[in-house]
Amino acid sequence: MSVLEKVRPVRTPAAAREPRATDEHGRRIRVWELALRYLLLLAVLALTVGPFLWQLSTSLKGPTEDIFSSPPKFLPGDPTLHNYQRVADTIPVWDYAFNSLKVAAANVVTNCVGSALAGYALARLRYRGRRVATLVFILAMLVPVEGIIIAQFTTMRELGLNNTLIGVVLPGCIGAMNVLLMRNAFLNLPHEIEEAAYVDGANAWQRFLRIALPSVKGTLAVVAIFAFMGAWDDFLWPLIVLSDPSKFTLTIGLNYLHGTFANDERVVAAGTVIAVAPLIALFACLQRYFFRGVGEGAVKG
Amino acid sequence: MASSTVSRVRRHLPTSPWLFAAPGLLVVGVFVLYPFVSTLVNAFTDRRTLIPGRFVGLANFRELLHDDMFWIGLRNSALYVLGVVPALVLLPLLLALLVQKNIPGIGFFRSAFYTPVVASIVVVGLIWVWLLDERGLVNSLLETIGVGRVGFLSDQWLLLLSAMAVTVWKGLGYYMIIYLAALANVPRELHEAAAVDGAGAVRRFLTVTVPAVRSTMVLVGALSSVAAFKVFSEVYLMAGPDGGPAGEDTTLVMLVQRTGTGLTGRVGYASAMSVVVFVVTVGLMLLVLRADRKEEA
Repeated sequence: MSVLEKVRPVRTPAAAREPRATDEHGRRIRVWELALRYLLLLAVLALTVGPFLWQLSTSLKGPTEDIFSSPPKFLPGDPTLHNYQRVADTIPVWDYAFNSLKVAAANVVTNCVGSALAGYALARLRYRGRRVATLVFILAMLVPVEGIIIAQFTTMRELGLNNTLIGVVLPGCIGAMNVLLMRNAFLNLPHEIEEAAYVDGANAWQRFLRIALPSVKGTLAVVAIFAFMGAWDDFLWPLIVLSDPSKFTLTIGLNYLHGTFANDERVVAAGTVIAVAPLIALFACLQRYFFRGVGEGAVKG
Repeated sequence: MASSTVSRVRRHLPTSPWLFAAPGLLVVGVFVLYPFVSTLVNAFTDRRTLIPGRFVGLANFRELLHDDMFWIGLRNSALYVLGVVPALVLLPLLLALLVQKNIPGIGFFRSAFYTPVVASIVVVGLIWVWLLDERGLVNSLLETIGVGRVGFLSDQWLLLLSAMAVTVWKGLGYYMIIYLAALANVPRELHEAAAVDGAGAVRRFLTVTVPAVRSTMVLVGALSSVAAFKVFSEVYLMAGPDGGPAGEDTTLVMLVQRTGTGLTGRVGYASAMSVVVFVVTVGLMLLVLRADRKEEA
């Protein structure tokens, strides 16, 4: 193979990467159709992101500014961070955020470790009862959380962990869904990569840690992201398990703030911005993991 | 001593797979399967939070039949399914078609449309409470264009409709991604053949796209109907813990939460309601799957 032949295939994709409007069949799109598409996209953008921006704008409006004006004023006349100070004066918002962070971080660690271990056992290890173990996780995945939440609450009371952050973390700390996700990831690995290590005398733990685990980092990242978001966003379970305001997570604290401060929307708005900003930042950094497998292939055109 | 332990562990390797699975099995067993079984058992007792229950047979279920609040909850949860599911099956598909084409900046739009999915339901609920407030943005826009103010959060039915709209709004991006993945697998030859035959965009949508993503539509229907029936947060946040005017907007899961928690919680009675939640959820799944099979035949 000559050097020229090696170079050519590199150049073609480079040319194709230039911005070019094509449909899913690679054809060019007419200008009016393109304009219509952007118009629709902008309309949906206003509908999906607009409410967040309105909330941000409200949170920056000062006490003297009329937030009820008609027609509405979209930009704060004299932007101020005063409302964020007032949230902190009303509820210990930074403590709540820290509680949420602790719960979410614990959930990420336990879910990643627990479901990787169990997923590996279901996919790669041979033993009696493996099918039963798999079935247990499948059944657990099918049980709707809302239906068992009262029994989870009584179980937590029996364990004496009611009204603790550990109690918030425990029921979801190894999600059955995540175990099955990890199982599928391990199933898709070719057996050959582990066989060599097996022949060399590596035991199950060594094969798991050194060979299998590094190959499923992508799935592990997905589990981590969803574990973080799930814990940070959860509302119903912390609402049931936490009764002491000093232990609230951010979502429960916000609900509390909304209840006590419903008359000043600026303060509630500032609270919601505090709760949502870290998630949007996290999402912006990791968004390619959210669209894994979707962005590739035919969608790219 | 230590070395002999190690060699024994090596020789008895077949036990180690259970060590891998043990944490997961333990958590799922204690916090999912045990509560599931105890829900089924408690449903036949008069257990309260601090008082162990006695077996009462079907008394809880008989009481449910005469409990107005239960019927209100069941009605609202069922209405929620009817209101939300068609919108969540259709709108995200249209949205997926809109963002499918590879035009400059499309990645930004896809991510932006996903933002409501990422935001926590409490944030979303509170944002919409403010937007739909008597003096909020939606009403001030309506007043500006001369429609006048609407009591979205004070009327029983408008409140339920508003909550449904919020559920749809939050779910759009999530189901859009599922449809995008499905659309990626539609063979382009089908579209080309239809285009050659002179089929317009609407016709191609109905004759090519819809049949090709039909199984995904069924999946979205199943997922969204089960989720809609179990709705809690949106309505709780928009209507308040007591479920709006005279509790008329209470949903079934709100009722479970209200009845079964707290120091005086009626665990047995709430468990009986939870059993209804299980039965309807499983029923919805079977219904959707059955409809799927019928159409295939």
